[in-house]
Parts: sequence; C-alpha cells; structure tokens
Amino acid sequence: MDYTVNEQTINADEEGYITDISTWSKDLADTIAETENIDMGDDHWEVVNFLRDYYEEYQIAPAVRVLTKAVKKSLGPDKGNSKYLYELFPYGPAKQACKIAGLPKPTGCV
Amino acid sequence: MDDFTLPGLKEPVEIPKIDQGAMAHSQPFSAAPDHQIALGFPGELVDDWHDKAIAKFGEILDSQRALKVYMDACVKCGACTDKCHYFLGTGDPKNMPVARQDLMRKIFRRYFTWAGKWLPWLVGAKDLTRDVLDEWYSYFHQCSQCRRCSVYCPYGIDTAEFSMAAREIMDHIGMGQKYCNEIIGKVHDIGNNLGLPEKALGATLEDLEEDLEDETGIAVRLPLNEKGADILLITPSADFFAEPHVDGLMGYAKVFHQAGVSWTLSSKASEAANFAMFIGSHDQMGKIAERIRDAAMELGVKRIIVGECGHAWRVAYNFWDTLVGPFDFLDPNYPIPQHICEFTYDLIQKGELTFDKSANDHITPTFHDSCNVSRASRMGDMPGGQFKIPRDIIKACCNNFVDMADDTIHENTFCCGGGGGLLTDDLLELRAKGASPRMGAYDQVVKDHGVTHLVAICAICKTQFSKIMPMYGFAMDDIVGVHQLVSNALILDGQETNEENNGETVDE
Repeated sequence: MDYTVNEQTINADEEGYITDISTWSKDLADTIAETENIDMGDDHWEVVNFLRDYYEEYQIAPAVRVLTKAVKKSLGPDKGNSKYLYELFPYGPAKQACKIAGLPKPTGCV
Repeated sequence: MDDFTLPGLKEPVEIPKIDQGAMAHSQPFSAAPDHQIALGFPGELVDDWHDKAIAKFGEILDSQRALKVYMDACVKCGACTDKCHYFLGTGDPKNMPVARQDLMRKIFRRYFTWAGKWLPWLVGAKDLTRDVLDEWYSYFHQCSQCRRCSVYCPYGIDTAEFSMAAREIMDHIGMGQKYCNEIIGKVHDIGNNLGLPEKALGATLEDLEEDLEDETGIAVRLPLNEKGADILLITPSADFFAEPHVDGLMGYAKVFHQAGVSWTLSSKASEAANFAMFIGSHDQMGKIAERIRDAAMELGVKRIIVGECGHAWRVAYNFWDTLVGPFDFLDPNYPIPQHICEFTYDLIQKGELTFDKSANDHITPTFHDSCNVSRASRMGDMPGGQFKIPRDIIKACCNNFVDMADDTIHENTFCCGGGGGLLTDDLLELRAKGASPRMGAYDQVVKDHGVTHLVAICAICKTQFSKIMPMYGFAMDDIVGVHQLVSNALILDGQETNEENNGETVDE
C-alpha cells in the first residue's frame, strides 16, 4: 500500500505504515491523513509533531498517558484527555497518529 | 476494514444459523521474510513444503502424546459444536471445534494411520494439498486457544493443541503470521513486545512516578534494574503504554509501596508475555522464558511476581519449570512464580491494606475471567483460587460487584475474542464477532443489575475490549483492570484522604 507524493512513490506496509521513516515529509503526512479521512488541523499537527520529537529521542511512540499530558500542557486541560485525542484520531492516537507521523506501528497487546 | 455486520447483542449462548464459509476469507497478514528468518523459520513457502510439513507433523506427534491421543479420541459426539465464541459469533461451521480439529485430523489419518493410507475414502482421510494448507492458515488463525471447548468435551480434547501444532508446522514451511512473529523478534531484539527501549522505559516510569506523587502526595517508586531488590515484577509491556493498562501498573506500584517490599522491573525482561506459546514453538517459548530467569539471577532477586497478563501466567505457572527450571535460586517460602493478585490478596487477608471503597462507588463491576488464567492455571492454594482471588480483591475495594451468568464465567468463561495471537487489526472482523458472546453476557448484567464496568486481568483482554466495546454500544473505558480498582481505593500510609483526589483517574 504505497503512497505517491510529489510524483514520488513512498513505500508502505500492508496497513499503510511507511517502511522507511526517513521518507516522511509534511506532504506525505497530509496524503496519509487523507486516506485515513482526517483533515489535518493545527491540533492534529501538534500531536504529530510531538510524536516525531518523542520518537527522535526515544525510538518509540510515547505512552498514551505521556501523550495526553503533553497535549494538556500545550493545548490546555480541556484537550488534554484521551477523549479529545480520539476525536482527532478516531482509530486511536497511538496507531493512527503514528501512521500519519511516519512512525512504526506500536506492536504487542496495545 | 470495518465493512462487516456484527451479530449484535443477544443471549450469549444462543446458537446461530449455520453460515457455510462465512469466515473463509479471514486470514492474517503473512510474516515478512526477515521476521521469519530471525526466528529460524524459512522466509517464504519452501518448494518441498508438502514433505516438510508431514515430517514436522510426525515430529510433533512423536513428542506430544496428548495431541496424538486427541487425534484418535474424538467420537463426533457434538458436545463442542456450539461452545466456541468464534462459531457463536460467525455461524461458520468450520469454527466448530470438532471441524477445526478435523482440518488436521484428516491429514493425520492420511499419513499416520494404516486405514488412511490404504482406504482414505473410508475414514475421511485427505491429502495435504495447497487448498488444505490455505484453509489451515485461515481457520487455525480463527482459534484463540482459549480451551473453552475442552471443558465440554467428554474426552477433554483440547483444540488449542491443534492450532498450536498447525501454526508450528506452517512456520516451519515458511507460512508464518506477521503479528506474532514480528513481536517475538522484538522480544529478542529489544526485550519486549512493544519494542520499548530501556531509555524510553526509564522515562515512562519516571513520568508515572510523578503522576503517582501528584495524586497521592507520596513518593511511590517504579524502580528499574535495581540489583539486590527482593522482587522482580514482570508484566506485559502494554502496562507501560496503553490505556487502561497503565493504571494497573500504578496500582501494583502502590501495593508494593504499601507492603514495604523492595522490588524492581527489568529492562532485559520488560515483558511478561510469551507469544511463542501461540505459535506452538517450544523452542522459542524456552528462549523467551530464559531471559526472565537470566534477569532474575542477574538482579539477585528472591521472588518473581507476574503482572496482569493471561497467557504469561499460563506459561509461568505451567511451563517455566520444565522449560528453564529449576528456579531453586528463589525463596521457597513464596509461590514460584507468584501472581500479582496472589500478592495483593495475601496483604488483604492479613489486613495490611486500607481501602476507601467509596472511591469506586461510581463503578458497578463485573469480572471477565481470562481464558488462560481460568482454564489453564490456578492461583492460591485452593481449587478455584483463580476465580475467587481476583473477585475477592475487587470486593475488597468496591462496594458493588455482580457476576455474569454462570455458563459464561469461571471455567466456562468466554474468550475476549482477541487471544491466542489474534489481537491484530487485520483480524478485526473475527475479533469483533468473536466477542459477541461475552458482550451478550455483559449486556445482561448491565441491563439487569446496572453494571458499569468490565474488569479483567489480561493485557490482551483489556486492549480487545477497549477496541470492541464501542462497537457494541459501550464506552472504550468501560474496561478496567483489577489493580486499577485497587489503585483507586487504596489509601497509602501518610496519604491525605482527600475525596476529590480519589476515583477521578478511572475515567481518564
């Protein structure tokens, strides 16, 4: 399930997670979001940017609780809860937001 | 992915109309060659798959006497036919346990019995063809190895053993499943199913310690790699990552704190789960178990406690000693291994934990017995301890508790629908439909007794229900863990008992 962005083919696995994280770009994020039926607004980008920063430091996406706390800090307490994150990313902040951020899918019992 | 119709909420054991081939299309993603090769399996289907498969089948029959007996023992009485949640949820007759077994039994007869070799048409023996193999891949990934059928079988035939053996055979000819095999690779490379490196684990634990201090005013620790600690806690890595799992982890930490014991987590063994059981690989199961033993010895602990994870408890309780024992370096005065529920229960019995039950008054819980705990292991020193202990803990910290119908709990419990290596999005239809018996039983107590939450002690169950419950009209956070309820109500020594601080976390 590959993506085409600016006439370039970006490889992705069966579920749409890109296979080489260095191929990520903001345009690609918009393209992935489109296939997920998500219209990327400022708050979506806030989450995606946080995920990418966290990944750069820790080589994994943050725990949902850590993400929630970070969102609370930057967007305020009314948005710092998992309910709001699920409004932004209905398929789950961990999986769907990771996909748009170009990060590997969290695996295991999650 | 979501274009399927759910059976809806109905009587949990209502028998559906037969729907031939209803789930024939269901199959999980294949393991990529590098995930296969990392585990010592061929990267893709080998040319001589037929002969290799039969040879492996023969090896398994020689080493596992139970499977051989199960192959011969079935008398087609039909007692199992309506007992599988995947049959009840899909109506596909190949999801009747006996039909699933026969997918393998017909091959067994053809190649391993005299009658099947010479008179195959007389005894239902069939050649192993590519079509049969594809059917194996589909329907042996529609069994969560929950063993409910074995409770009702007069001979105790265990379909889980068939699906484990079938997956082992398929792995050996290059037909592995992505979800399980990728995860097992991560356990070897990084230490856990999630792929959570030590640095991230440390940062997550520090973050949780902050939360615990904010909530209680007390410095409750979540120690990592502390040599000389008395207890090593191994727990599913979902406890470090997912909701509601993480609330349970914080509950364990509070209980350890209150008990005044020294304990630690390990980055080397930062995972209790052992997915090798799901793929029937004793070899991999031993390797995964070994690293827990190694971590325990390196840290010099005296006890190992297992967190809320169903199949990990089965592996630890039943298989550790055979696979990587003896554990004679641990203190024999305590159970080896010990379940976190046994630990908490003992403290409650001794009156060492103080609960403010009203902190859970907004919850009327019912308990979902996880399959591997209820049917494949035990807790405590009394028969049925695995049913009594978690319920007694819930009752100690909640004023309200209601059980679901008798034929859906204890050893009769229904699988959550996501066990046995099937908790993956590519099997979402199967998971959603397979959850219908449990959802039906839950709906009954919601309607009749005002139950508000389902409680479980398994990371798979928790993740499965948080995904599936909204499909049945419940909320994703209606699933909670036992130690999450403990955490809500436990009052630590020196903790300010400020009502508004209690009970708030559960709905987050």
